[in-house]
Amino acid sequence: MASGIRDKVVILGMGCSKFGERWDREADDLMVEAFEEALKDAGIEKNRIEAAWLSTAIEEQHVGKSGVPLAVALRLPYIPVTRVENYCASGSEAFRGAVYAVASGACDIALALGVEKLKDTGYGGLPQRLRGALNSQYWPNISAPGSFAQLAAAYRAKHNVSADDLKRAMAHVSVKSHDNGARNDKAHLRNKISIDDVLKAPTVAAPLGLFDCCGVSDGSACAIVTTPEIAKSQGKRDLIAVKALQLAVSNGQEASHNAWDGSYFATARVASSRAYKEAGIERPREQIGLIEVHDCFSVTELVTMEDLHISPEGGAIKDVLDGFYDADGKIPCQIDGGLKCFGHPIGASGLRMLYEMYLQLQGRAGARQRKQDPVFGLTHNLGGFPAQNVCSVSIVGRYGA
Amino acid sequence: MQGLVAFGAYVPRLRLQRAAAVQANAWFNPALKAQAKGERAIANWDEDAITMAVEAARDCIGAHDRARIGQAILASTTLPFQDRQNVGVVAQALSLRRDIGTLDIAGSQRAGTSALIQALRGSGETLIVASERRRTKAASPQELGYGDAAAAFLVGSENVVAKLVVAHSEAVDFVDHFRGHGPQSDYDYGWEERWIRDEGYNKLLPPAVSAALKRADLTGADIAHLCVPVAMRGVAPGLAKRLGIAEERVRDVLAANLGDAGTAHPLVMLADALAAAKPGERILVIGFGQGVDVLVFETTPALAKLPARLGVQGWLKRRKAETNYQRYLTWNDLVTIERGMRAEGGALPPTLSSGYRNMEMLLGLMGGKCRICGTVQWPQSNVCVNPNCNAFHSQDDHPFAEKLGKIMSYTADQLTYSPDPPACYGMVVFDEGGRFMADFTDVDSESLAVGARMRMTFRVKEFDSQRGYTRYFWKAAPAA
Repeated sequence: MASGIRDKVVILGMGCSKFGERWDREADDLMVEAFEEALKDAGIEKNRIEAAWLSTAIEEQHVGKSGVPLAVALRLPYIPVTRVENYCASGSEAFRGAVYAVASGACDIALALGVEKLKDTGYGGLPQRLRGALNSQYWPNISAPGSFAQLAAAYRAKHNVSADDLKRAMAHVSVKSHDNGARNDKAHLRNKISIDDVLKAPTVAAPLGLFDCCGVSDGSACAIVTTPEIAKSQGKRDLIAVKALQLAVSNGQEASHNAWDGSYFATARVASSRAYKEAGIERPREQIGLIEVHDCFSVTELVTMEDLHISPEGGAIKDVLDGFYDADGKIPCQIDGGLKCFGHPIGASGLRMLYEMYLQLQGRAGARQRKQDPVFGLTHNLGGFPAQNVCSVSIVGRYGA
Repeated sequence: MQGLVAFGAYVPRLRLQRAAAVQANAWFNPALKAQAKGERAIANWDEDAITMAVEAARDCIGAHDRARIGQAILASTTLPFQDRQNVGVVAQALSLRRDIGTLDIAGSQRAGTSALIQALRGSGETLIVASERRRTKAASPQELGYGDAAAAFLVGSENVVAKLVVAHSEAVDFVDHFRGHGPQSDYDYGWEERWIRDEGYNKLLPPAVSAALKRADLTGADIAHLCVPVAMRGVAPGLAKRLGIAEERVRDVLAANLGDAGTAHPLVMLADALAAAKPGERILVIGFGQGVDVLVFETTPALAKLPARLGVQGWLKRRKAETNYQRYLTWNDLVTIERGMRAEGGALPPTLSSGYRNMEMLLGLMGGKCRICGTVQWPQSNVCVNPNCNAFHSQDDHPFAEKLGKIMSYTADQLTYSPDPPACYGMVVFDEGGRFMADFTDVDSESLAVGARMRMTFRVKEFDSQRGYTRYFWKAAPAA
């Protein structure tokens, strides 16, 4: 019987570049920016890294395929480097690769690095791209906001919520994230916004307006992981351990079978339940201290609060409006500003979320530091479309907790 | 004896208000003001002669057994493919049998009536469709006078609703307009109307019609419905008078609310006449173009038993007035518009091999039904989608095209490229099972709602202007 990943691997160091429109930087530069911070934080020599995982999703826009771009950017000494892509969960996948490698005993120290340079397309939003020869012949010309916007219609129908009430709760989600992002000098967007700003913004994909959508940016983040024993031998104290790494992938059921009603993420419900079990968490609403979820769109964050089994089904609007997920609420969500303010350099996002958890759990988050020290932090990625997606749920926390 | 077994029609939903076009163009050609009244049918951006043919054929076929159809003919002068059989796309969209004859007929405004004559001279059951999406220059009289539409007929020998009394043709190379080849070949090059009237209609139609009547031993008084597809003032009444046909028996040429649908127009008028006719009446229909076709039908008692269909008038009632002339210009490539960079990147190459491999799915909207658990699903796949079944290789063909569904989720997307933004799409769920994320067409974004009833309609998915390739797929449109 598998025992899971809990407390088998700890984070030795992390780094995160500034996210934003990095017009003057190549992907290489962003990788180095994140890596140098992580290496310094880990307190090791580069050559002690024995294996690496690189996550990029829209690699044709910047570095191209394979693990080579990471090896070249960092001049890694002929070690194994694997490139992973799994939609928006790519960064969490790189982390999973590195953590599993250490847990297996195959290597002592491994690197996970995500990078994406999206601002070289010439237009706003994620790049237009093909979805495969057959898919492209019958899928609508779906944009990311257009696919996620549909959650709103289905959620309203299921829970009998008026368009205005849902839109206001969605607006609260974005206003809260901008409040948080304003305190983070690595965030792309650092302006505070008002509910009115959100409600009056131009429509992108009904009912999502401009401020219901996360930005698109360039960025990189990375983690160096090792065993608790090696971390201690390096003089590390207050270790931050991996508690759970779960992934759930749609099998076409939501897209083709009438069991799913379109108002939630079937994958997120499964992945979070498995993650809590793996981490030994029985009452997530009481035990989880912080969450960073995949707030690609305000409505995604809202329904995800239920799919993570923190808000009761149909209860997310109340919790959001009550400030339950605000920075000073019971479980802050996106205390760093989230995708909303960091933007979404796809391969980097999952690692950027873990970076904030790592800082918060160690009390190193500066102006954003949560006063009541969190014990468990949860990160969540959601890639694809509500009807067909990849969902990752990761939990990190104090070693031994 | 061969006759008409069923009829159907299609008129696209949008009706360009002629006043809107005249207002834009009268500065250039004040004479257009004479044509400012009424409206004409215009195809949506995702409609062409093929897609409109499919709709007219569905209206015609109804619940009739498609497996009986042994031949399919498409007549049009605006076929999207010069070298790829257009009716083959129609046949696949209708999921007709593979062992049928197929034929495109083109090249003349008489193609529609001549195709019908060919079908009536054959044996077995033939589906014949005439369809036209007309190309005109901005500020031309044709832009105001033409219309887009299609008509379809089943020709056979059983349950005939209108038997053929006589078909008569005369070939005369009278060229009132032409489209040749070269840079200007998209648009008609026409001659003076008065010459067309005096030397064409008035001299060529009467002898041809008289010859037809004589062959059938009929006189004008025997004709209850006269279909003359000529909107020019005075031509149809003048012909009726010369033949001894009472003026009230001249069918409405549909100039006020549809426009001249080219080679489809005589067949549109015939379908319209059949919907109005009583059993035992004679209908005379004329085709004009480098000669004359004359067909006379006599309706039978079976006409009264034919199941209801939308027909010309039913489709005409499903209308939306289009007052935005600029949108019409844009859709017809008559203005160079900034489509944005998102319009550049997404075009998929023609994908001929994968399109062929999946043609039942893509053109026919064929799905699957699991033999083990009965779950209906689209697309058909190797493993049943029902989580309690998941059987391998258990699915038989199951058609989705005629199913009604309802909207489960939707959006109106302003970000993604669409020729008609916002792009409306969402999950459509079918009552008997199955669903897929579908483009919506012929919708107003503000009227989208969860639970709204939708029918499937065969449309242009995208047009690759670089390679001249039109890709087709099914979309969801309001059911009523």
